[in-house]
Amino acid sequence: MSEGSEDPASLSPQEGADIPEGGGAAVGVLEPAPAVAVSPVAEEPAGDAKKKIDILLKAVGDTPIMRTKKWTVERTRTIQGLIDFIKKFLKLVASEQLFIYVNQSFAPSPDQEVGTLYECFGSDGKLVLHYCKSQAWG
Amino acid sequence: MTDDKDVLRKVWFGRIPTCFTLYQDEITEREAEPYYLLLPRISYLTLVTDKVKKHFQKVMKQEDVVEIWFEYEGMPLKWHYPIGLLFDLHASNTALPWNITVHFKNFPEKDLLHCPSKDVIESHFMSSIKEADALKHKSQVINEMQKKDHKQLWMGLQNDKFDQFWAINKKLMEYPPEDSGFRYIPFRIYHTTTEQPFIQKLFRPIAADGQLNTLGDLLKEVCPAAINSEDGEKNQVVIHGIEPMLETPVQWLSEHMSYPDNFLHIGILPQPAD
Repeated sequence: MSEGSEDPASLSPQEGADIPEGGGAAVGVLEPAPAVAVSPVAEEPAGDAKKKIDILLKAVGDTPIMRTKKWTVERTRTIQGLIDFIKKFLKLVASEQLFIYVNQSFAPSPDQEVGTLYECFGSDGKLVLHYCKSQAWG
Repeated sequence: MTDDKDVLRKVWFGRIPTCFTLYQDEITEREAEPYYLLLPRISYLTLVTDKVKKHFQKVMKQEDVVEIWFEYEGMPLKWHYPIGLLFDLHASNTALPWNITVHFKNFPEKDLLHCPSKDVIESHFMSSIKEADALKHKSQVINEMQKKDHKQLWMGLQNDKFDQFWAINKKLMEYPPEDSGFRYIPFRIYHTTTEQPFIQKLFRPIAADGQLNTLGDLLKEVCPAAINSEDGEKNQVVIHGIEPMLETPVQWLSEHMSYPDNFLHIGILPQPAD
């Protein structure tokens, strides 16, 4: 099974789901990835060759959890793009704030690309991001 | 003999003479005179332009004043990039003063982040420091600091107090003697001719053979196009308006030429024709 052999909008090789461009609505139809984080077993092309990356979204505090935690996203997607997607997914109203944290310590600026964050802070083949409706760290 | 510590002062007190002019389509009640200011390179546009805003508001109707934003030659200027970086990327090799256009209407949502208050700048600044320390020390130094130390870093920058800032920042520049450098160097490389906003990767100050990695080594590894472009066109590698020698160790650069956000912001610019 290799990435991109099917329609690009279809499932990723792992049990995650693609986030459609523009934060669209085709979500919630998948079984969630196992709660315990496991390293991906699928074979991946090395580093830069891979156009998409895997992210794991974890809720903090009383922020609603997402049934699907593991997603595959384009490297060039921005943090703002992710925020918009999560807000839509959780049906938050536009005026509600949402913060995204890396390493449970810093909030990357909204125009930062997830691919860059993955390069520096990804581990076990994925980038773990925490999201929260209020400022959780600093 | 000059002390390397003098470099920190030189970097901190770098200034850019700037002329602010109101955009021609803004509606004013009387003519808006240009406003001149020396901008600190290490600070942020929205942090040091209260006087500019006040100056132009005087000649405008209250309802025409929405969110202020800045532009240079058609390019909206990102307030969340340090001023010195913006100048180096967009205006180096041009005549001074730097001519910035001031807008109050038609905020370019696609290009700029909103900056409704100084708190937003503080969050952005502290987040950058935390990200840098995650790379340098696995966040250990910043996490061991107290809230008041974090505040002191911010207040030092906001009030342009070199000693106040460096009293705390020096801890972020330390490393265990047995390591001879940080874990990774926090850097961002801005290549003005490419789509990507910047390049940021993991890069160690010490090579596998124990040698110090240099600025040249860094570019060769993460941005080879910067130093040997195919068409023979030369690039300038600019930090704080100067071109450091490519033989300079990145560890030294990180300790002495990082911006207050603890990142080395490196601009790759096409060499001017003359």
